[in-house]
Amino acid sequence: MPVSVANSQVVYDAMKGVGITLLSALPETWLVHLIRMADEDPAMTLVRLAKEEEGVGVSAGAHFAGARSAMLLQNHGFLQAINGIVGVSLLYKIPLLMLITDRGSFGEKDPWQTEGGKYTRPVLDALHIAHDDLRRPDEVQPKIAHAMTLAQASLSPVALLLQRDLMWEEPK
Amino acid sequence: MKRLDCLKAIYPRLEGCAVVTIMGAVAAELYSLGHRANFFYLEHAMGLASSIGLGIALAQPHRKVVVIDGDGSVLMNLGGLTTLARSRPNNLVHVIFDNETLLSVGGGAPGGYKWFTTATATGADLAGIAKAAGFPRAQMVRELGDFEEATLDAINGDQLSCIVAKVEAEMPKSFLMDVHMLENRFEFPRALQTKGGVN
Repeated sequence: MPVSVANSQVVYDAMKGVGITLLSALPETWLVHLIRMADEDPAMTLVRLAKEEEGVGVSAGAHFAGARSAMLLQNHGFLQAINGIVGVSLLYKIPLLMLITDRGSFGEKDPWQTEGGKYTRPVLDALHIAHDDLRRPDEVQPKIAHAMTLAQASLSPVALLLQRDLMWEEPK
Repeated sequence: MKRLDCLKAIYPRLEGCAVVTIMGAVAAELYSLGHRANFFYLEHAMGLASSIGLGIALAQPHRKVVVIDGDGSVLMNLGGLTTLARSRPNNLVHVIFDNETLLSVGGGAPGGYKWFTTATATGADLAGIAKAAGFPRAQMVRELGDFEEATLDAINGDQLSCIVAKVEAEMPKSFLMDVHMLENRFEFPRALQTKGGVN
């Protein structure tokens, strides 16, 4: 599967570097290595969700208990979690770091991924959720660190959109 | 069986626990017994009380977590029962007050008349669902003595448990809660993070 192992490792290491000890996730092709890395790391608690909105609650609970966490999800997972993001994170001012694989942009071959991607940024903007793209490996660590800092300082959700250039390697 | 009597029966044992309740009648009645900083009332996001409880239970494995939920909320996040069951924190007790109606969002009326019932009124068995989802312990109780015994036993035990309590669809005497949501939101983690873990 041409998902970048090396760049997944860069993302994973950056999450560890900002003190994340709990990840909640649903699988997505681009996330397979990240989820496997969390599963194989005895120092990481991986919560396998049935639906993304649960992860908003799990992260809020972890925050209350003093642990740093993040959610791994896809565009449609983000759209699915909106009520939780509004009713927990925004209403109660709780930090939430979301790493969203940004499917449906230029280069997307799967027709079924092409709709959800169109609405991710407008919905993030409508909710005033700060977001940035992760496109190159060298920007991953500083942007994840800055995203976590902002989430903790602003007590708000923050999103990083994982891009095709970072996560996908076309077979040669 | 009345919700308030159930809450009275377990109230003393909640000291030192992390307690997460749903909105509405459950929150108001627990509050009426005496607010404590280790109580968090989730006033929105129906269905996510148990998810919040799961996050606490995983991050503080030595602290007992008691989630006080309702049938309407649980039915909005049935998948969450499977997530709880597979994560299987042995320090979490999931109490579900089942009044077979969406009472607190307007589904109840004076006199206990239920004009917007939930599926538990037509046979959905939440204890059975929890058991089938993989909870090591799940039971339904209908009498106050059974509720008290089962819930205290679950809190004192060491396995993920679900207690479904069939209760009357009765409004609380008052919905007044003199603690602001944000005040509650900040005092709760302070209580969890400064009072030690084990109880």
